[in-house]
Amino acid sequence: MMAVTPAVVEAAAGPGLHIPDGFLSTPVAIAGWVATIAVLAVAVRISNRRLNERAVPLMGVMAAFIFAAQMMNFPVAGGTSGHMLGGALAAILLGPWAAIIVMTAVVGLQAVLFQDGGIAVLGVNVFNMGILTALVGYAIYRVAQPLVRDNRMLGLGVAFVAAWVTVEVAAIATALQLAVSGTSPLDVALPAMVGVHALIGIGEGLLTAAAIGFIASTRADLLPDAAPAASSRVQA
Amino acid sequence: MNWNNRTTIFLVVGLAVAGVFAVSSAWLASGEPDGLERVAEDKAFIDRAEEPGYEILPDYTIPGIDGEVSTALAGVVGVAVMAGIGLAAGRLLSRRGDARDTEAGAPPRGSTGG
Repeated sequence: MMAVTPAVVEAAAGPGLHIPDGFLSTPVAIAGWVATIAVLAVAVRISNRRLNERAVPLMGVMAAFIFAAQMMNFPVAGGTSGHMLGGALAAILLGPWAAIIVMTAVVGLQAVLFQDGGIAVLGVNVFNMGILTALVGYAIYRVAQPLVRDNRMLGLGVAFVAAWVTVEVAAIATALQLAVSGTSPLDVALPAMVGVHALIGIGEGLLTAAAIGFIASTRADLLPDAAPAASSRVQA
Repeated sequence: MNWNNRTTIFLVVGLAVAGVFAVSSAWLASGEPDGLERVAEDKAFIDRAEEPGYEILPDYTIPGIDGEVSTALAGVVGVAVMAGIGLAAGRLLSRRGDARDTEAGAPPRGSTGG
């Protein structure tokens, strides 16, 4: 996204895991749309029934913050950068369904307004960066969180691990889609994607834990799903 | 909704943090190729990337404005639009619960909400 990258790369392949048009075959792009629309429909339906009004400000802040955090590419080894995806953070704070809606808005706007990520492959990009990250991040956090109970530091450690895993899951999904599309063989794309995103995931984990720690220390009442013992649940 | 001072403060602080991130990214963000770009270059499939068919705020810049300021302004636009969409989506989806809460009076803090 920055001026020092060659213009052709800059315009076509935006930051992070945003797949530009041309990388994926038509069937993969269509499958992405189908999967994303199906999951999004479920997310809207469940949120429509259960979303507590108290979650509304947090949804606004999350959408804005994750968009902004995705602009902040941080350097990792070997002349490479990465940025936060935010799906795990949103899912831990909002629950997976509201998180999927927020992430769809972020990734969708990036493609439509900022030409970051292709339009034809937008379904795939939402699926990889918004849906997979939210569902996987939430699942890990929910399973592991009770084990550490009220230990704040361990709780943040769990958030770190959950966030790290979501980046790898999204990277693996991208490698699979590149392979199925005939763009890059799996034995080439998979190790490369997993390797570089193992480092990027550390940044994701640190930022996720920091954001949760910050909110926990200032507005713990907004951390419903993260801490069921706190005052009230955003998602009923 | 029950829009109280604490909520307003949270919203203002949260959006300010997002704004600072977006604006400062124009100067601070790494310009190195990111994960997928790096792999696409190393594995020689970067050329398959197609140019977008149209441009509005291409690559987080505002057309006609040069330099980091362009990215900073595009970031502010993005943060504002995203906040609007997030709040609107939340309001729209939580409306029924909202109406119910209004009927029953504000739910006490500490209610489980089911």
